[in-house]
Amino acid sequence: MTTFLGMPATAPRGVGHLRGDEPFPAAAHKALANDQLRRNLRHATTTIRGKSGRVIAELPDWQELRSAGSAIKADVMSRLPELLEQLEARVTERGGVVHWAADANEANAIVTDLVRQTGSERVIKVKSMATQEIALNEALEAAGIQPVETDLAELIVQLGNDKPSHILVPAIHRNRSEIREIFLAAMPGVDPALTDDPPVLAAAARKYLRETFLSTKVAISGANFGIAETGTLAVVESEGNGRMCLTLPETLITVMGIEKVVPAWQDLEVFLQLLPRASTGERMNPYTTMWTGVTPGDGPQNFHLVLLDNGRSAVLADEAGRSALHCIRCSACLNVCPVYERTGGHAYGSVYPGPIGAVLSPQLTGVEDNASLPFASSLCGACFDACPVKIDIPSILVHLRNRAPHGRIERAAMRAAAYTMDRPKLYARAQRAAKLARIAGRRGRGLPLGWNEARDLPEIPEQTFRDWWASR
Amino acid sequence: MSAKDVILGRVRAALRDAPAPGPAPRDYRRTFPAADLDVLVDRLVDYKASVRRIPADAVAAVAAEIAGGTVVVPPGLPSSWRPDGALVDDDLPPDRIAAADAVLTAAAIAVAETGTIVLDASPDQGRRIITLLPDVHIVVLHPRQVVASVPEAVARLDPARPLTWISGPSATSDIELNRVEGVHGPRHLHVLLLEP
Repeated sequence: MTTFLGMPATAPRGVGHLRGDEPFPAAAHKALANDQLRRNLRHATTTIRGKSGRVIAELPDWQELRSAGSAIKADVMSRLPELLEQLEARVTERGGVVHWAADANEANAIVTDLVRQTGSERVIKVKSMATQEIALNEALEAAGIQPVETDLAELIVQLGNDKPSHILVPAIHRNRSEIREIFLAAMPGVDPALTDDPPVLAAAARKYLRETFLSTKVAISGANFGIAETGTLAVVESEGNGRMCLTLPETLITVMGIEKVVPAWQDLEVFLQLLPRASTGERMNPYTTMWTGVTPGDGPQNFHLVLLDNGRSAVLADEAGRSALHCIRCSACLNVCPVYERTGGHAYGSVYPGPIGAVLSPQLTGVEDNASLPFASSLCGACFDACPVKIDIPSILVHLRNRAPHGRIERAAMRAAAYTMDRPKLYARAQRAAKLARIAGRRGRGLPLGWNEARDLPEIPEQTFRDWWASR
Repeated sequence: MSAKDVILGRVRAALRDAPAPGPAPRDYRRTFPAADLDVLVDRLVDYKASVRRIPADAVAAVAAEIAGGTVVVPPGLPSSWRPDGALVDDDLPPDRIAAADAVLTAAAIAVAETGTIVLDASPDQGRRIITLLPDVHIVVLHPRQVVASVPEAVARLDPARPLTWISGPSATSDIELNRVEGVHGPRHLHVLLLEP
């Protein structure tokens, strides 16, 4: 295969948060030993499953909306170059500036440079998976710019020197009393009489960030949707920190993955019904802001849109895996996953945890860099049922398992098995040998294959089918 | 070669053999009966907004009573709705808006099924900042502005305007995934639904 500049490329190593420090099984073992974590996760995921199920049941056309969402995203992927150029043209017409970033390093450099040009030494941030993915905060700090996370859960993570563990609620692994401890230890000016009552904790965050919102000149956001037809961007949120960041500063920089573009304004009628019900289990999230370029006299007067690839083109190149890019980051698949509920998000190593992370992260980085993630699933299929845009996550997991590197002994064993099964006489002899092996060891526990650590081989019957057939 | 050329080149290479699925099927509900105001009120109250049904000539007095102090109003608010002593936004500095007790605006539309109010920054709603900083937001809604569903709302709105969709007061689900009202946006949302 010849290499040319247009070859789809995975996200570069050495930058960003798509790769963990250790394989999933090792990290999961540690997480499983943490009883508090498991209690917190069980409580939170049970709560959200109940809420989401109730509001989804209110819509008689939920399945039709899912089908439409899935089809719109498939259409987007097939026309991505055209739609991105259309989005760029519309945003530019309305006074915005569009930048293109091939990877995390380029995006971080563009944003850092834009902030420097404003002279501001601090930026306020709306929760954004894309900027987490590229480790923008670390890049800004290295340049002497202070990034302030304004989403409550992100703030909890930032003040606790912690890592996010959920797409929607990065501090899902913390309960109210842990959050209180973090605020008391790390929030400047906090009331020492702070209780762990959630409204009191929320009020503490409100008081702490208010002055920062009013005095910071630059904000950085992600985007839930970018509409090619109109150049409109949409950010869906709850607390009002998004509105603050998208309204008050002089300069707004939005970092958006290229897969977030949608063709038409009308398409929002589908996604605004799917996203809140699947995500927070609300009929509608408290606040959604939509803006098109710059509006004179209202909101930021300088608007920059950074379009990010960082491995997305590599995902797109895999016909069997590309629908992972349809994800609208609702996190419903995390909330229903029996594996996620027990290990939490940190075990996945990437900012994208849970079932969607197990298919997205290995494709963004190349399977060899996240080889354990496609196996972080029991393939029960709950994620597929919960996904509001019908991503067939289990099928992609199986596909990626086939692409993941396998151990030498396992490969040799599989080759030997394939050879044997191709040859009927040899197979019959092997079956008789297996019967003898049944006396020696049960369920293949002694086999040096690796994958049998978590799997039992079937019991070997006393009589094979062939023997039974011959004797009847 | 620019980053744009690199990205678009990669994407085109990735899609070389990809089929074009064509336009999406839209078999979901597209036509709706007239909006049911009781559904709207039920949804608003469920998300902790307070709702009063009043005649149009009572707006100024009711708003003044709810605010109990300074009320910011956009320049295009009908003058009959304006409480005595209201602070008209003629490019007020942020600290003066933040110091007000409440803001009183009209709305563009409302969605009954989701309990959502949409502002589009028209003169009777004002700049986005005025509905963000005060702790109390009072919205006046006429029944003819209420649609049943999200698709009808999207069809009626103009994407060229800055839009703010509001469903209840500021809230968060970040503590144990339960909804808690009152973070950065207005902690109190009052809807004055006019009698037809």
